[in-house]
Amino acid sequence: MKKVFGRPKSMKANIFHYCAGCGHSIAHRLIAEVIDELDIRGITIGVPPAGCAVLAYNYFDVDMIEAQHGRGPAMATGIKRVLPDRIVFSYQGDGDLAAIGIAESFHAANRGENITVIFINNAVYGMTGGQMAPTSILGQKTTTSPTGRQSVLEGHPIRVSEIFSLLPGTTYIERCTVNSPASILRTKKAIRKAFQCQIDGLGFSLIEILSPCPTNWKMTPVDSCRWIDEAMSKEFPLGILKDVPAEQKKGERRHAG
Amino acid sequence: MVIGEAAIRAGCRFYAGYPITPQNEIPEYMAEHLRQVEGGVFIQSESEVAAIHMVAGASAAGARSMTSSSSPGISLKQEGISSLAACQLPAVIVNMMRGGPGLGNISPSQGDYFQATRGGGHGDYRVIVLGPATAQEMADLTMDAFTLADQYRTPVMILADGMMGQMMEPVVFKEPQPRVYPEIYIMKGAGAGKSKFIRGLILDPLDMEEHNWTLDRKYQVIARKETRHELYGTDDAELILVAYGTGARIAKGAIKRLRNTGLKVGLFRPITLWPFPTNELRDLAKKVENFLVFELSTGQMLEDVRLALQGFARIGFHGRPGGVVPTPAELANVVTRQYDRKQGIIEHH
Repeated sequence: MKKVFGRPKSMKANIFHYCAGCGHSIAHRLIAEVIDELDIRGITIGVPPAGCAVLAYNYFDVDMIEAQHGRGPAMATGIKRVLPDRIVFSYQGDGDLAAIGIAESFHAANRGENITVIFINNAVYGMTGGQMAPTSILGQKTTTSPTGRQSVLEGHPIRVSEIFSLLPGTTYIERCTVNSPASILRTKKAIRKAFQCQIDGLGFSLIEILSPCPTNWKMTPVDSCRWIDEAMSKEFPLGILKDVPAEQKKGERRHAG
Repeated sequence: MVIGEAAIRAGCRFYAGYPITPQNEIPEYMAEHLRQVEGGVFIQSESEVAAIHMVAGASAAGARSMTSSSSPGISLKQEGISSLAACQLPAVIVNMMRGGPGLGNISPSQGDYFQATRGGGHGDYRVIVLGPATAQEMADLTMDAFTLADQYRTPVMILADGMMGQMMEPVVFKEPQPRVYPEIYIMKGAGAGKSKFIRGLILDPLDMEEHNWTLDRKYQVIARKETRHELYGTDDAELILVAYGTGARIAKGAIKRLRNTGLKVGLFRPITLWPFPTNELRDLAKKVENFLVFELSTGQMLEDVRLALQGFARIGFHGRPGGVVPTPAELANVVTRQYDRKQGIIEHH
């Protein structure tokens, strides 16, 4: 019988600790599948964050070194500069990337570090129990914005992908989600493109994944998936924000034509 | 500059740092010279925080790694230093101390002794702290720092000050030791084998406790085996000054003056500040009753001296914090005032 579905080689045989309906486990699996397909397991080094994904090294069967909260891209920079032929990725949540680690992330992107960042945006602080995130949308109720986020008090949600795509050091940036089979397949394709950019030595790539957090959104998993379509992706439109390899190809075609 | 050159000769291949006075000569030297060495990486980081975590990544990836800063910047690095200690990653951190607290000023100070010798960041850990007093020693101890960091897989700090940073003295670089660091600790991708992980997060309290005791056993070995100190004029001394780094230089000047007046004064100079040479200092109390601690602070090493000598000897103190560097003459006057040949030292409380 032909095996059509199995555990990726780059995943350990551990059961995810994530809540029901959480997007982390899907994102983990997609990354592992891409690592397998690109055949880079043996040369990949991952940097998990502080936050719900802090135990990512229990799931990925690749070398991993945990970073302090927000410092993933700095650590990844150190690793990649010493071992430029390895594939280095940093896995970060919205608090990790857009709040406490915005400087490390922004400057790694600006230096064009040849690393890949997987950015899980679930608009809330998950592990600490549902506090407001830098990406919480206006009106969103969290334990620290109990009447809903107000721009006058808490500022606006930060659109990381749009901001980072302005930096010349970045090569591939796409915002996707994992709330439907179709969107999951698109996300996998995006992750693959990002890792390919790194393999090709092009520079900083970032995949932002709008990810459901039913526990802290206080919704059912199904309603959470719907909320991504109806509310979250209005604030954070899905799509490719930067694709340097595609632009280069277009340029070459124009030149040839 | 001496530190930069010694580091490169010792095999340092990764440096990240953020400009701050008075230590900018180090990143400037590394920017020019480390990049000329094969595999040498220099990064001017966006912050002290980023620098120390870059160093952690580079260290995990197998490079001898270093960062440098001055007091306020070292405070920012503490998150990463705690993490290096937790993850048992070797690294060398240079602190050219300046006046504090807060932004303070840019003059020489020894106000970071507590921070350096008590771990500095959060959690149960220690950092090996080396206190050079000459340019030659800055070169030697920088090279030794890399060896110690590898040997014990722990961060090592060079604790000097702005005065040491500006000094001009001839230096002979010693022959560097070849690096001995097991491959097993280096993270470079799993290859065809089993993957590994390096972590500081240990959620189960019993596992965390075991990790704390593992670290503690290592620190006990360091405390037993790695203390260093210098004795100067202690053989016939009636009174012994205890000072380190720039303070010890001033003390030596004062001792020459005091001996000219017939007062037999010696110097005990800790070279390792952690581990503090407690037993070696206590040994002196068998022969000498009077000790005077001198620091460019309000009295921090004083506490370690008390731990060593309380109940064994009389302990005096003279300190000048805030970036004030007293002359040997001032210290000599203080000694004469505090020390009575009949009654001994007037104790400091």
